[in-house]
Amino acid sequence: MSEQALFIHSDAFFRYRFHDDHPFNNQRLELTLDLIRSLNLLKDHHLYEPTAATDKELYLTHDREYVEVVKTAHEGTIPESRLLEFGLSTEDNPVFDGMHDIAALITGGTLTAVKQVMSGARPHALNLSGGLHHALRAKASGFCVYNDASVAIAYLREKYDARVMYIDTDAHHGDGVQWSFYGDPDVMTVSIHETGRYLFPGTGNVYERGHDAGFGACINIPVDAFTEDDSWMEAFERVIPSAIRKFQPDIILSQHGCDAHHYDPLTHLSATIRIYREMPRLLHEWAHEWCDGRWVAVGGGGYDIWRVVPRAWTYLWAEMSDQPLGEVDIPAAWRKRWQRESPVELPHTLHDPEGIVEPIPRREEITQKNRTVVDQVLQYL
Amino acid sequence: MLVEEIMHRIVHTVEPELSIREAFQVARQHRIRHLPVVKEGRLVGIITDRDLGHALLHMVDDEPAAEALAHPVSEVMRREIITAHPLDFVEEAARLLYQHNIGCLPVVHGERLTGILTRKDVFKTLIEMFGVHQPSQHVEVEVADKIGVLAEVSRIFSQHKTNIHRVMVYPGRQPGRLKLVFRVQAINMLGALRDIVSAGHRVLWPPLPPDAGKPGECHE
Ligand SMILES: [Zn+2]
Ligand SMILES: [Zn+2]
Repeated sequence: MSEQALFIHSDAFFRYRFHDDHPFNNQRLELTLDLIRSLNLLKDHHLYEPTAATDKELYLTHDREYVEVVKTAHEGTIPESRLLEFGLSTEDNPVFDGMHDIAALITGGTLTAVKQVMSGARPHALNLSGGLHHALRAKASGFCVYNDASVAIAYLREKYDARVMYIDTDAHHGDGVQWSFYGDPDVMTVSIHETGRYLFPGTGNVYERGHDAGFGACINIPVDAFTEDDSWMEAFERVIPSAIRKFQPDIILSQHGCDAHHYDPLTHLSATIRIYREMPRLLHEWAHEWCDGRWVAVGGGGYDIWRVVPRAWTYLWAEMSDQPLGEVDIPAAWRKRWQRESPVELPHTLHDPEGIVEPIPRREEITQKNRTVVDQVLQYL
Repeated sequence: MLVEEIMHRIVHTVEPELSIREAFQVARQHRIRHLPVVKEGRLVGIITDRDLGHALLHMVDDEPAAEALAHPVSEVMRREIITAHPLDFVEEAARLLYQHNIGCLPVVHGERLTGILTRKDVFKTLIEMFGVHQPSQHVEVEVADKIGVLAEVSRIFSQHKTNIHRVMVYPGRQPGRLKLVFRVQAINMLGALRDIVSAGHRVLWPPLPPDAGKPGECHE
């Protein structure tokens, strides 16, 4: 049964790094891969090398002019003012060597995943380097240069005329993907995230529902700051199955940014690893129930690279590859290997122990507020 | 933003001699609620569909409705009119609408009626001012109310190559304090926020992680 999933990987993914002090640090992939291996969850037959996205594939959702700028940005010949127009050379998205090649490889990773799943090679495929959901048609945004999910969805539309359900569980609104398909009735985007009132990118309110023919094929579930596991899962479980039932997708593409965790330094939610175990379990179930198992998953945000990302994404891969894990200890060897480098104490268990989030007095109010949002969303379904 | 930038330039008006019945028809035809009353290009009154209704209610106590409807609007129009000038600020227009609890402002230049502004138009402008048009993050900083403080905080964002899309300045919680609200184009602004804290200001939002220096008070 564990031959059901592909793990798309290239060591080159580690090089999607802006600079040493930048919060987006793909050393997290190295830590994750090592943890997955330490738990003996990755066999040779799982691994699959990606091919880079071609220019033509990138043009599916990016402007040629932008791709040209990304390709040559590191040469230092483009004036800074022009780079800034394309969202580059900011503190969020500084230019780095090989930026185009690595970003195109990551995009190729998600494309490879999609192609493998659609060809019937395996029902599930995972590209943890993907999920760069903020990138816009002609603009880098929020650490994202190319929008791998947008490109892959556009490819699915063009090549297979497939109905695609995109489910984004990153703490930030999946704005780039939403805007790419805002008018397309055959792509449903669903994003659950911390409300844009207080968090980047500011969009993703319930009234953003698509335009023209695509109206209704866009769903947003903004939850309040400091939302905890129960309320998050309640929203997820109440909305997604109804949305899937209504939309009847051919394939699910899910984004697994894990920055809704309490430890994440860039967001203000209070979730624990529990949601990163439960969401993949449900998505897996739904993919088999509604899409003949066709399910592609990508990574996303996650800025506590030591304590959160490796554990969250290990649970994801374990679920996808039919080796689901319960509450288990983290192998001592893994902790020993990485503790030297880590600025924080590494966790002992894959799950979070009770009580990592201090109880807050506003819990009931937040839960109620989120329930109201979900009620509103369900009215549309 | 100026009134002339958002006002309607085509204004449907009525003459004072027009009957109430016809005035109703004009309002319905153009789907508007406010009718300036104009004589020889000069604004002499204003009438709303609600005023017409109220006036009629009173009149039908004494005479048949058909007769009441034949009265000229000059009998029931308001003659004291609050107006705006095309070069007034939108916020001044908003204050007038709110303070006098009225639904629209005829815009008058000299003697000439040049436009009309409704509550709805002002609302729409405010929504655009507060809306999110670029991917950006909300930041609130409490500062001392002194010369150069806005420039100082803005400079910190620019040093971090972070574009500011919008700034609003509110009174602070205590006298001598101000609350600056920014929308900045950045997903990560921990560096800028640390510098703002080091410069002696208080960051109210977002909450800073424990290692980021002295955090500001959390939002309640
Ligand atoms: Zn399966
Ligand atoms: Zn995120």
